[in-house]
Amino acid sequence: MNLMKKFAGIALASALALTALAGCAQSAGGTVATDGSTSMKEVIGALGEAFEGENQAVTFTYNPTGSGSGIQAVLEGRCDIGLSSRSLKEEETAQGLTGTVLAYDGIAVVVHPDNPVADLDVETIGKIYTGEITNWKDVGGNDAQIVLIGREAGSGTRDGFESITGTADQCQYRQELTSTGSVITAVAQNPDAIGYASMASVDDTVKTLTVDGVAPSEDTVKGGTYLIQRPFVLVTKSDTPLSEAAQKFFDFATSPDAAQLISGAGAVAAN
Amino acid sequence: MRKKEQALERAVHGVFLLLGLVTVGCVLLITVYLILSGIPAILQIGLPDFLLGDTWASTAAQPQFGILPFLLTSVCGTAGAVLFGVPVGFFTAVCLAKLAPPKVKTAAEGAVSLLAGIPSVVYGLVGMLVLVPAVRAAFHVPDGASLLSAIVVLAVMILPSIIKVSVTALEAVPQEYEDASLALGATPVETWFRVSVPAARSGIAAAVVLGVGRAIGEAMAVMMVSGNAPNMPSLFESVRFLTTAVASEMAYSRQGSLHQQALFSIALVLFLFILLVNAALNFFLKRDKEGSPC
Repeated sequence: MNLMKKFAGIALASALALTALAGCAQSAGGTVATDGSTSMKEVIGALGEAFEGENQAVTFTYNPTGSGSGIQAVLEGRCDIGLSSRSLKEEETAQGLTGTVLAYDGIAVVVHPDNPVADLDVETIGKIYTGEITNWKDVGGNDAQIVLIGREAGSGTRDGFESITGTADQCQYRQELTSTGSVITAVAQNPDAIGYASMASVDDTVKTLTVDGVAPSEDTVKGGTYLIQRPFVLVTKSDTPLSEAAQKFFDFATSPDAAQLISGAGAVAAN
Repeated sequence: MRKKEQALERAVHGVFLLLGLVTVGCVLLITVYLILSGIPAILQIGLPDFLLGDTWASTAAQPQFGILPFLLTSVCGTAGAVLFGVPVGFFTAVCLAKLAPPKVKTAAEGAVSLLAGIPSVVYGLVGMLVLVPAVRAAFHVPDGASLLSAIVVLAVMILPSIIKVSVTALEAVPQEYEDASLALGATPVETWFRVSVPAARSGIAAAVVLGVGRAIGEAMAVMMVSGNAPNMPSLFESVRFLTTAVASEMAYSRQGSLHQQALFSIALVLFLFILLVNAALNFFLKRDKEGSPC
């Protein structure tokens, strides 16, 4: 009996290993492989699910590695479509990549729910993050040191936030965390913390600040009145055509029909 | 018949040799790969600037790659974890091996094995949700994500390896040693610490080496509780370890860039650092063992 179990276990393990191998080996024929920004998880997840529902034969994969890795993956042909939560840099377009804006994402500035501060302007947020303002009482809060929480170097969210607030390379982070979820958790745990995260990922464990009196929402991001926002970009090779399945997904994602799915995932569709 | 057996013998010998070589090959491959990918950045940055530079700003317009803060943090973090973890683990092991009634022992050993099986990300998560706020409240610091939190998490994480290996070593001490000691009038406690522990010294030393290795090499749990800002080590400051420096930025570094090469260099430094620590520990502990009349 025991032996049987052992064999069953080994058989199961090898079967799993084989499936995993097979998964890697599958070519782009019936698959759409996307790779990149972790902030685009919700949007891509919703689009991928709907796309798979409509096209049963196609397998859709999403590898959340980060904008930089995603762009790199397209360049090396390791995926069909790269996902970047920042506009492509000049050197990247020069390498033969094209970026298509899929949606806009507001970056929400979040604090602990008990924090009395409700509104900051972009300049003040910049000053807080560069360490010019270090106490909450200077911006109308309690007498407590501000704890700055941010993302790691290279993160699309950090890049987006720092470039919008004009704080690139000057932020005095107390914590540099490696995922959106960690930032939300860290802010939810500390009454004096301030952090930033993709608008779509913010939940009610933290309080979202209004920026210059404008709360991040679909309308304010699309209308441009909410200032801390950035594009979600689909990255493809300029000279190589997409596989049939990938092209189908690309058309689907950028079609007006997908707008509702995108807004359902918390971002604002560009089309 | 005899020839056939010999042929079989040789075949089996060959298979085992091959398997052994695969292991050695893996180590060699990793070593060579690390050296090859780690050297270019060190050459470009300059060894003194790299090892002794105190500023890490990898994505700045004027990037700086100084890893002294990471290096010192790894040293302090590991030392701290050993300081907390080794005494607790050692006394637990003595207690389990000599003192505990069989039922308690079975339960405790099960718990220790379970502790060893918990994935490091779970340690990190619990640390983030429980330990970090607790450190913040207990010490009245602005934020609890700090070297201290990392040390506590690491100390707990190295406990299982220390306890399990030490218990095994203590149990391997021949019963006659202890009987002789007791017969000479020593109390049980005297017997455990004067006879059993010295006799099991090399096993306990191996346990400590294992623990140190695990503490230096841990990335995930530490990343979640230490804050990751590249500061010089200080107990209540946010710090970044060698491991987390590699892990947190690798995903975003551009292929072939100096940034990525520098991360490989950090990995190389970490690798050499672990080799050095292990070699030093082995050297001192072995010398101790040979030098003592035991």
